[in-house]
Amino acid sequence: MSTEPLWEVFVRPRRGLSHTHVGSLHAPDAKMALRHARDLYTRRQEGISIWVVPAAEITASSPDEKDAFFDPAADKIYRHPTFYELPEGVPHL
Amino acid sequence: MDFCNTGGMEEPQVHGADGLLGEVEDAEAALRAAALRDLEGTASFDAIVAADQKIEPRDVMPEDYRKGLIRQIAQHAHSEIIGMQPEGNWITRAPSLRRKAILLAKVQDEAGHGLYLYAAAETLGVAREELTDALLTGRQKYSSIFNYPTLTWADMGAIGWLVDGAAIVNQVPLCRCSYGPYARAMIRICKEESFHQRQGYQSLYVLAQGSPEQKAMAQDAVNRWWYPSLAMFGPPDAESTHSAQSMAWKVKRFSNDDLRQRFVDMCVPQAEILGLTLPDPDLRWNEERRHYDFTQPDFDELMRVVKGDGPCNRERMAHRRRAHDEGAWVRAAAAAYAAKEKVVV
Repeated sequence: MSTEPLWEVFVRPRRGLSHTHVGSLHAPDAKMALRHARDLYTRRQEGISIWVVPAAEITASSPDEKDAFFDPAADKIYRHPTFYELPEGVPHL
Repeated sequence: MDFCNTGGMEEPQVHGADGLLGEVEDAEAALRAAALRDLEGTASFDAIVAADQKIEPRDVMPEDYRKGLIRQIAQHAHSEIIGMQPEGNWITRAPSLRRKAILLAKVQDEAGHGLYLYAAAETLGVAREELTDALLTGRQKYSSIFNYPTLTWADMGAIGWLVDGAAIVNQVPLCRCSYGPYARAMIRICKEESFHQRQGYQSLYVLAQGSPEQKAMAQDAVNRWWYPSLAMFGPPDAESTHSAQSMAWKVKRFSNDDLRQRFVDMCVPQAEILGLTLPDPDLRWNEERRHYDFTQPDFDELMRVVKGDGPCNRERMAHRRRAHDEGAWVRAAAAAYAAKEKVVV
């Protein structure tokens, strides 16, 4: 049995919602991957749009380096509106 | 024959089905809620499991956890794939177009469930070919229930009600499993599975309301499927080999015996509404335990069937191998076409 490439499948459930990862599948090419994804992941009208992405093309951040990788944002609490204390009674802010 | 005539028939109330579906939704909500809870720093495997959060594919995990999950998910996937056969047996002989369409949709779902699960297993670093090969060579098992024959049309109803019912009771807790891809696949599967159980129960209900012959056929199907369904929950807790570690890792959440009891308690009132009898003279309510007492299935038989000596083991495996071999040209043609397109571009 030849190895068919792995594809990650993303489905947009409704207009206005983003495509969400639902799972993966094997297919020889993109067109077949799209058809298989329709048959496998949208049997009950779960979506109005599908993306298939070759799993090998995805570059993922490493969980081991999670802390170091996301660290730059950790000490910048001034990016949040709650950082700024406002005088009592200021309306609409 | 008019047992396909279901016009105007009210669908009976299935006790427990809504409750289980509610549990699936709770599991999904819990998954989202747990995901929002903050874990201090880089959490260890044990801390993530203790906090009821999900282990994801690239997380560090004990080797036995990874191996155990591959074994369990693969066996589950194989069961879905082999599980198409007993019902596939009746597609061409369904008594009406409506029943045929329902049965086709159900068997399609089983194929889909198998594929969701294979994909979940692959996130643990095993290749699809290895899993396919493990099934075809008999190195990995599938659920013993699919080694029993489907002798009459009523078996379609009994399988939906009892076999899918037992599967749901087994699977709903897996929606809370500690491994993310498996838990998410199970949430998806359980939501789809409730249709399977309902159509079976409704089909059996129609037969039970029919002619004396139809009712007898329904009763016969229940008589044959009851104990094999009880055996689906596995050996008694005292003899269950993988349970303790699996519970500690939150892969499994309830013991085999607890789930079996839960299934029996659900089925008794459902059988009463059907007007059919569960084939157990010792089945009775125990006020003290607040559960039904019942006769255990024959666990020696279960072990024989698991080891390959059930009524249909050889037939099921031969059919799967033949289907795989006969599909080889489709895979080869698709691969050749993909390769040719690549050269052109």
